[in-house]
Amino acid sequence: MTGLVINAVLLAGYYAVLATGLAFMYSVMNIINLAHGAIIVLAAYGLHVLGMQGVALPFGVVIMCAVMFAFGIVLHKTVLSRASGGGELLPLLATFGIAIILDNLMFQIFGADNLSLAPLVGDLSWASFELPGNIFVGQLSVYILAAAIIVIGLIETLMRRTELGHRIRATSQDSATASLLGINPSRTAAIATGIALVTGVFAATALGLRSAWGPYSGAAQLLFAFEVVVIGGIGSMWRVLAGALVLAIAQSIGAAIHPQGFLIGGHIAFLVAVFYRLPTWRMTLTARRQSRAKV
Amino acid sequence: MITQAPLTLVRSGTTARVTLLLLALAAVILAALPWLSGVGGSGRAVALLVYILLAVMWNALAGFAGLVSIGQTLFFGVAAYVTIRLADAGIDPYLAILLAIAAGAVLGWITSLFMLSLSGGEFAIGMWVLSSLAHLCVNLDPLIQGETGTSLIALNAYDIETRSTLTLWLALAVTLAILAALVVLLRSSTGAAITAIRDDEIGARSIGVDVIRTKRIVFVLAATGTAAAGALWLASNTTFQPRAYFGVQWTAYMLFMVLVGGLGRIEGALIGALLFFVIETLFGGFGAWYLVGLGMVAVLFALFLPNGLWGWISPSLPGEAIPTGYLIFEKTDNSREEK
Repeated sequence: MTGLVINAVLLAGYYAVLATGLAFMYSVMNIINLAHGAIIVLAAYGLHVLGMQGVALPFGVVIMCAVMFAFGIVLHKTVLSRASGGGELLPLLATFGIAIILDNLMFQIFGADNLSLAPLVGDLSWASFELPGNIFVGQLSVYILAAAIIVIGLIETLMRRTELGHRIRATSQDSATASLLGINPSRTAAIATGIALVTGVFAATALGLRSAWGPYSGAAQLLFAFEVVVIGGIGSMWRVLAGALVLAIAQSIGAAIHPQGFLIGGHIAFLVAVFYRLPTWRMTLTARRQSRAKV
Repeated sequence: MITQAPLTLVRSGTTARVTLLLLALAAVILAALPWLSGVGGSGRAVALLVYILLAVMWNALAGFAGLVSIGQTLFFGVAAYVTIRLADAGIDPYLAILLAIAAGAVLGWITSLFMLSLSGGEFAIGMWVLSSLAHLCVNLDPLIQGETGTSLIALNAYDIETRSTLTLWLALAVTLAILAALVVLLRSSTGAAITAIRDDEIGARSIGVDVIRTKRIVFVLAATGTAAAGALWLASNTTFQPRAYFGVQWTAYMLFMVLVGGLGRIEGALIGALLFFVIETLFGGFGAWYLVGLGMVAVLFALFLPNGLWGWISPSLPGEAIPTGYLIFEKTDNSREEK
């Protein structure tokens, strides 16, 4: 039982870092980026290629951060800015199209083989900490959880304490007024896209180190990330961590009930979150809470 | 003083009559195909009809109700699975297909009860989650044996010629029935509400359109049509492997057909399906490159020609090809205006 909870908490670290970019783009640009998973897989291939060239993983991550930031700017300038001018549907259609293109391009370039970044870090991939009570936890999952907390903390700090963060928030709330105040909304949105894709590099590192991936792994990652965002809700980025925790626990419970129940458990948690958010349900719940408060 | 010339309202003009004639001709040719080209031709014709159903239904959902769904494979796959299950229980396979279509309608209604409270991207991926959930549950069925799948063996009761002819006729009848249902719906007062929502959802709500009810009607119709496509695809291909029915490539096809043909117009979806059928016949063998090409064309259309081919053709035609609105004529001269 303790083992299950500890493993779920560590798994939540991976889901949190996976969902950060998606949640960030959704909350500041109101775009659900359906290519989020494919972009993370693309970054993982980038890390793999650099690793094959003999670049140490930390340097590879730094290089990929720069590459993906530039890719984010280009993506915004060529596709997203044009699509978001055309109503709510176009960004969805366009980013889904990009996901299809990326998935199949990666299949053509890298083949169907499953790859892993684990060889780049030596024995870290199986090293573990021993906790009192004879419980072993993988060092890697602990570092991924720590990385998730740091990434989310950095994004929160950026948004609340820096000039750039204020500009991004101003643009997301009212881009017309923001541009009156001398902010360039398109430039700001392009930078925000770049930042979202940089968080994807950390997700890619975690993906590559903890498991093997293939060209079509993006879809599953997108589903996990999306479930985290819906369960956690929009607002502070820390909700991502909460959503990830609920998803990981639901999946672990599912896996404990049935060998193939892992994914089903997560999907059910997602549906419960959707039900909870039904307007009629919420009205009944608030009414009940208010009547209890009056008593 | 302004004098108002007397107005006449008509629903259809020459363009509509020509279109109807062409569609009727196409239907007759398809129905006669078993005598014209044999078993192989019938199979391809069913594929075309399935693409038409998928495109028209996805277009109804995205173009009319403003609901982009990545998970319509939920209805496609579940209908195929229900057909397999019913046929396994001893029901005639063709009756099983009809029952599976009805099951798709019921599933659509149940799904609509909670999914329609989501909008935009949340609805889009939410449907995908439902589709993967259904996929996982179908995999658990011992009859299906995970991704191994099974076949619609009950079809062997008919010899291959009879089977392919029956499947084609059933596909044709179902497609025509669902197309007719959509046109009738769009011409009713609900159709006016659907058009209002398509053009401006908040505006429609402000003049008293019951948005959720209207969207639910479109959603259930789309679920029914997509379920029909799934059951017919099974009848034509006979094998059922869950991944081949719940796979995301179907969504890519629907997106391509609707974006290239023209979002929000039945004519556009028909053109898109026809074009996709030709492209698939010519380039389907290129595997992943073919999908890369489809994705690129779809993205380019979304960004540069969001009304698709039909949006580019239709302004040069007099009136609508599939009439869902009204034509207004002034008696005094020949100027006409479309409502």
